[in-house]
Amino acid sequence: MRIVVNGADHDVDVDPEMPLLWVLRDVLGITGPKFGCGIAYCGACTVHIDAQPVRSCSLQIQDVDGPITTIEGLGSSDALHPVQEAWQEHQVAQCGYCQAGQIMTAAAFLAEVADPTDEDIDAAMGNNLCRCGTYPRIRAAVKTAAQKMRDA
Amino acid sequence: MSIGSIARRTFLIGSAAIAGGVAFGVWRYRTPYDNPLENQLAEGEVTLTPYIKVDADGVTIITPRTELGQGTTTTLAALVAEEMDLDLAKVRTDHGPPSPAYYNGVVSAEGMPVAATDTGFMARTARGAGDVVGKFMGLHITGGSTSIPDAFEKMRQAGAAARLVMIRAAAERESVVAGSLWTELGHVVGPNDLRIAYEDLAADAATFDIPSDVELKSRANWRYLGQSQPRLDMVPKITGTAPFGIDIRLPDMLFATVRSNPAQGAGALNYDATAAQDVKGVVKIVPLKTGAGVLADTTWTAFRAAELIEFDWAPSPYPETSEDMATALAASFTDEARDSRFRDDGDVESGSETSTLIEAEYRVPFLAHAPLEPMNATAWLRDGKLDIWAGTQVPTYVVDVAKDLTGLSQNAITLHTTIAGGSFGRRLEFDFIAQTVELAMEADGRPVKMTWTREEDFSHDYPRPMGMARMKGRVADGQIESFDGAFAYPSVVASQVSRLGLTVPGPDVAIVAGGWDQPFSIPNYRMTGHRAPEVAPVSSWRSVGASGNGFFHDCFLDELIHAAGLDPMEERIRLCWHEPSRKVLEAVAEMSNWGSPLPEGSGRGVGFCLSFGVPCAQVVEVTQTERGLRLDRGFAAADVGTALDPQNIDAQLSGGMIFGLGHAMNCQLTYTEGGAPDQTNFPDYPAMRFDQCPKVETRILENGDTIKGIGEPGVPPAAPALANAIFAATGQRLREMPFDKFVDFA
Repeated sequence: MRIVVNGADHDVDVDPEMPLLWVLRDVLGITGPKFGCGIAYCGACTVHIDAQPVRSCSLQIQDVDGPITTIEGLGSSDALHPVQEAWQEHQVAQCGYCQAGQIMTAAAFLAEVADPTDEDIDAAMGNNLCRCGTYPRIRAAVKTAAQKMRDA
Repeated sequence: MSIGSIARRTFLIGSAAIAGGVAFGVWRYRTPYDNPLENQLAEGEVTLTPYIKVDADGVTIITPRTELGQGTTTTLAALVAEEMDLDLAKVRTDHGPPSPAYYNGVVSAEGMPVAATDTGFMARTARGAGDVVGKFMGLHITGGSTSIPDAFEKMRQAGAAARLVMIRAAAERESVVAGSLWTELGHVVGPNDLRIAYEDLAADAATFDIPSDVELKSRANWRYLGQSQPRLDMVPKITGTAPFGIDIRLPDMLFATVRSNPAQGAGALNYDATAAQDVKGVVKIVPLKTGAGVLADTTWTAFRAAELIEFDWAPSPYPETSEDMATALAASFTDEARDSRFRDDGDVESGSETSTLIEAEYRVPFLAHAPLEPMNATAWLRDGKLDIWAGTQVPTYVVDVAKDLTGLSQNAITLHTTIAGGSFGRRLEFDFIAQTVELAMEADGRPVKMTWTREEDFSHDYPRPMGMARMKGRVADGQIESFDGAFAYPSVVASQVSRLGLTVPGPDVAIVAGGWDQPFSIPNYRMTGHRAPEVAPVSSWRSVGASGNGFFHDCFLDELIHAAGLDPMEERIRLCWHEPSRKVLEAVAEMSNWGSPLPEGSGRGVGFCLSFGVPCAQVVEVTQTERGLRLDRGFAAADVGTALDPQNIDAQLSGGMIFGLGHAMNCQLTYTEGGAPDQTNFPDYPAMRFDQCPKVETRILENGDTIKGIGEPGVPPAAPALANAIFAATGQRLREMPFDKFVDFA
């Protein structure tokens, strides 16, 4: 099977039912997407397929139908994505384990909704779990990121 | 020396510490441990104290408390950088090797029955004895909100000493007097444009004796401390590059998982792995004491194969249902099961004639730690050497466990302590690491990364125990006359050390922590701890005993205040004799505009708990809506004595409050059959959701006399603040968690 991850082509010879998360993590060594619950509930494994947020722990590799972007492909330490910049400004992460999923969810959402209300943010971010309680800073950072993306 | 003999001896010292004072072995206490970095320096590396390593690229600071999310790495590095005069943004950090040199001198003081508000001679002696015990035990441990108070002097001293030897080395090299030189961000500088980087001086500096007592900068001269610093781990964590244990990748590595008996404390009688063995990619099925493990080509293969193993589980030695466990707790309110009575003021038995007696029973359930990064570890046994990578809070214990399992000597074992995706106390246990070592012993020299499924995590947590409190109090003439509290729990400390094959003499302070030690002047005031049987293996959960007792004590205080017809905030402030505690109450009163009118259907509650030496007050506002109760706003004030990094303290305080609220709302582990919890994944145990989370405002005060840690104290006041707010909004008094058994949340 051929998949495109962060702009690079990969040929993977795996069970077609293997979830995308494990192809990324264990086969390709792309470990930004995290394993949290395995049942598409917590959101730590969120990646983009064709710019849409997808829970990679519950999507079989045979059903992947577009190019994949992971947190590693969103931005880098030298060139942060506006959402990552906002996360840095608000010092959002504590343990940080959920944050790749939070950022990928926020980035996909803000690409579609330029000026979100609190209710929009609730609806978009409401299904990503954070055990450390960083939610207030995530909300503030989403608003800052939206401003940055509007100004860009 | 084995863990057993060290710990057995030193726990005895611990229990005798107060009676015996600190007179033993002063000479040995003053002798520093060897610097563990000296044995493992690479070519071109130099070490100055156990906290500092220098090579051609600059300075690495050893931050020996495990980064679990609490931000300790950045603040510990800032302690050294402040005194050594380093550019904090440029330093590298490392958790360092397991070593008694990184002993935690504060953590054992937490186990002493000395109130944080007690500054008398005996209390100070007991706390000092805690440091001695910590040093003798060489307890390299992260926990108990102790990382900052433990390191505050030690790591600044290390930085100051290193700076001094850098100056001496430069003075000798340049043949000038040391007094003519000073430092600027990683350089020694002096007259005539003298400027030498620390990297270039380190080899010479290492030949000087490291001074043990150097004058530290005054607070007015701090560059980093006292001000918010960007976390050193922030950019890695938001770019997906932070190296969690679960992300370790080694050449030719096998991926693994395990399945253990979902009933705690029992193993497998037998199992049939025929179907599992046939799964493509499975390398080996490995029998374990508690079940079996699967070695495979990917984690997913291991998960699938493990599910196919058919086990015949042994029956649990513990009660099978929550009801049976609660019955055992309820039966522990006896004189025989009395564990402690650290407070017994006045006479709670006889009330005045005009007084009204109020009685209530409170309960808290078992709670899982469930950090978002599932338990995992990596181990590689080859050529008589073992390497382990794991996010652990107890590095030296892990090495001891690995020694026992493999028969290797300590020198043959290297533990790489990784950062962890949360813990909340879970990584004080090392069951998952021991399992990984067992798997590595069957892996023919290949490295093994073992990952638990979330289901394995929920069924094999060592949870916060179920607890129960029976409260009695009297009010008369608009005053609280008496408060008599009795608390029953299984002992967390006894359960934890039993897994090291040990017993601890004396009472378990955790049974009453956050209850007996509260700073209120009530004339007749008694707090009794009862030790219930170990109805399940239990462990420390963020804020430990105070996580339940803060709720029990403060909510019943609220009941008494209401019964006396008084204002909950004003009366707490009036009753509070401890000034730093009173000030956090006054702070949240001001922040929340306490007493200002709220709309119909809304209510405001205050909660207070002093835990880990930190007084913390919180206010929660709730509103009844058609969809249920909505949490509108939260306010939290805490006194840490000296605030080193306000933005990080805000994160811990607000995060602790949200953690406390979420678990109070909807989390519990219940047992209905077979000794395994009914909850198997996050949908059964959601805690706070993003869209339910109130706005939280914090305030950090510094009136306390010593520096304190803030990882845990934000948790205990949250549940009572919420319960008291719900009472204010609805008139319904909640005496049992989780609250969603009785009310709906929006």
